[in-house]
Amino acid sequence: MSTLNNTKAVNKGFLANDRAIADYLTDYGIYLGFIIIFAIFSVISSSFFTVSNISNIIIQSSIIAIIAIGQTIVIITEGIDLSVGSIAAFISIALGMMMVDFGISVPMAILLSIVIGVFIGLINGFIISYGKVPAFITTLGMMSIARGGALALNGGRPVSMLPRSFGIVSSASIFGIPIFIIYVAVFYTLMYLLLTKHKLGRYLYAIGDNSEAARLSGIKVKAVKTSAYIFSGLFAAMGGIMLTARLNYAAPTAGNGFELDAIAAVVIGGTALSGGKGSLLGTLVGALILGTLRNGLSILNVPGFYQQIIIGIVIIVAVFFDKMKRQ
Amino acid sequence: MNYLLEMKNITKVFPGVKALDKVNLNLNAGKTHILLGENGAGKSTLIKVLSGAHQPEEGEIYIDGKKAVIANPSDAFKYGISVIYQEFQLAANLTIYENIFLGRELTNSFNFINKRKTIAKTEEMMKFVGLDLTANTLVRDLTIAEKQMVEITKALVFDADIIVFDEPTATLTDKETTRLFEIIHQLEEEGIGIIYISHRLKEFEEVGERCTILRDGKYIDTVELAETSKEELVNLMTGRKLDKGKKRCNICFPDKKILEVDNLSYQDKVKDVSFYLCEKEILGISGLVGAGRTELVKTLIGEYSKDSGKIKLNNREVELNSPADAIKNNLFYLSEDRKDEGLFLGHSIRNNITISSLQRVTKKGVLKNRHEEEICDNLIEQLNIKTPNMHTEALTLSGGNQQKVVIAKGLCRQAQIYIFDEPTRGIDVGAKEEIYEIMDKLIQDGSSIIMISSDLPELLRISDRIMVMADGRLVDTFTNDEDLSQQEILSAAVGGGKNNVYA
Repeated sequence: MSTLNNTKAVNKGFLANDRAIADYLTDYGIYLGFIIIFAIFSVISSSFFTVSNISNIIIQSSIIAIIAIGQTIVIITEGIDLSVGSIAAFISIALGMMMVDFGISVPMAILLSIVIGVFIGLINGFIISYGKVPAFITTLGMMSIARGGALALNGGRPVSMLPRSFGIVSSASIFGIPIFIIYVAVFYTLMYLLLTKHKLGRYLYAIGDNSEAARLSGIKVKAVKTSAYIFSGLFAAMGGIMLTARLNYAAPTAGNGFELDAIAAVVIGGTALSGGKGSLLGTLVGALILGTLRNGLSILNVPGFYQQIIIGIVIIVAVFFDKMKRQ
Repeated sequence: MNYLLEMKNITKVFPGVKALDKVNLNLNAGKTHILLGENGAGKSTLIKVLSGAHQPEEGEIYIDGKKAVIANPSDAFKYGISVIYQEFQLAANLTIYENIFLGRELTNSFNFINKRKTIAKTEEMMKFVGLDLTANTLVRDLTIAEKQMVEITKALVFDADIIVFDEPTATLTDKETTRLFEIIHQLEEEGIGIIYISHRLKEFEEVGERCTILRDGKYIDTVELAETSKEELVNLMTGRKLDKGKKRCNICFPDKKILEVDNLSYQDKVKDVSFYLCEKEILGISGLVGAGRTELVKTLIGEYSKDSGKIKLNNREVELNSPADAIKNNLFYLSEDRKDEGLFLGHSIRNNITISSLQRVTKKGVLKNRHEEEICDNLIEQLNIKTPNMHTEALTLSGGNQQKVVIAKGLCRQAQIYIFDEPTRGIDVGAKEEIYEIMDKLIQDGSSIIMISSDLPELLRISDRIMVMADGRLVDTFTNDEDLSQQEILSAAVGGGKNNVYA
């Protein structure tokens, strides 16, 4: 009898240990995965692990990373925003036209672009919270509306010959650090603080976990939920501005598929589509994993078709491990 | 002669509660057997054991004298056991016959559905129960009574020998009820054994031969209805439990009304209810499930938008349009459904506790972590919440501790009026005592409490006054003095008012 108990105890201890290792791996699995991907590329290609290439990866990932901030917030509230790519394109065209056709000054045009993004987000949020139309449907509709708007604004034509001073938005650097990296650092820090240290952050997580309990706890669920889509519109607009500056050119077809990349970054980063859980740090790593894969595979001359296949597999594998962890 | 069904010494344990403790039930063929008990007495659990939804820890089931193993609902089906729940198990967008044969379609050798045969079989049984419709009618177009008949038809089509009715008349009109009783008598003649769950004593003049009474998961007695008065049934149902010393110290100020509600109505759930609450008072609300108690308080706090009525807080009329308004006015509701409406299960205890009072722990919206943790530490200690630390997810706690977290959320808010909705449901005795102590402490500190409870001894023990609701109305309010008994309250709840006892 006692031996039996002993074996049991030993087994239990052993399992518990296994469990701890497994927990550890899954908790930090995403970071570990990132490092492994990085290491593999560094070994295979000598031109991968260089300062210029790493900085290049961050810059390439930065637009998706910025858009994914808003997407993370929306997904934390158990929502989704499919319209971010189209909003980015709409903003891009609007911004280009304001500067080129209407002669509005660069800072003013940027400011107005952000206001438009916020406004589109507000409309999304309002319809979802107060009209009770599912987020998927509302933002699917907005995805089409904003894309159509981007095409209609300038008759489907791109806007080029942007003012030279606008180039600073992407070409500037501070202490030698490219400005895109600064944007990522600044906005991620700010929004990380909002989500973890501010009342609104608590509320966003709370309504994602249990919106009924949130309402009975005195949270104005509709207003908080609307704010999530406002953030999403805001960061989609920023993504659009960055994109325009980087291309030095505004195209109505730009930003196609950005919404899916942003969602991929969020879910690779461990934020659950079921809401209430998630972190911006995870999203940032998620965006960097996507960027690293694209960059690394390109350096290795893997054709674009295969890149897509590999990225798809990575998304599924990441979420698979995340689910395992939660069970 | 063997019983049609014999359930022996059935024991079922849920974490923290013994839901059934050696319960027996014997059913004769061609007879109706009443299963009687208060809310939470274990009636539903017993039926779920019979239908294979729950596995008992102990006990045996015999059908026609032979031992039966019911491991899952399809076993129950094979034994000819059919349960007609309050919530019908019907697909609204399918026809009557499709519903009846759902999952057991009559098919030909190529697995195509034999529609003609299906409809013929359905209509034959529909005729028997007197359901005067075509089998092609969509279920969503039926009345509640007709849906019930569909369920009965379904049981008959598959030759059920035992049919269980779970509170079948709760949603029926008088006329429909009479019709149901006729059908039940018809079923008896066919030799079907019927288990009938209800607490409407007046129905037992119409149906039922014998009656088994459960209380707190325990088997109390089985009696012949013809030889038992209604008073005796009520006594058996509630138990002549020793009132465990009325603990309330009557410190309330009966003249100082802090909450006055006038003619509050919400749809057909709350009908013209007026009441008041005094300072340092515990006002109990009693009533059967579906009496409109939760709806009353949810209308009060603005979760449901009232159709009419006035609310005065501290002699000032207020408009409460949402729970947020109620909380702002120091009125805090703690839901009966802690998992769906109370807790953020995936979040830490700390986040759960402070969510309604973040203004206490923030400065210009920014969280002051140390201050927040101090408050949580205090509450965890004060309420004796058993947890490794405040960062543990709420989901890992036991029912009693989860309930304490919900209460801690309320206490953190420091409200004037607390509304507790079934605060001790599903938690063990020790935790219950602790919750009574917390409530007492709240009163001592100057708050007032409205408590909805289906546990009469609990209401009698800690309330100053007890309101009884039935069918959305306030039927009576009792002052909880030494003479007030469970029987009086229950009579009001089942009989619908003092002028209508057992009528």
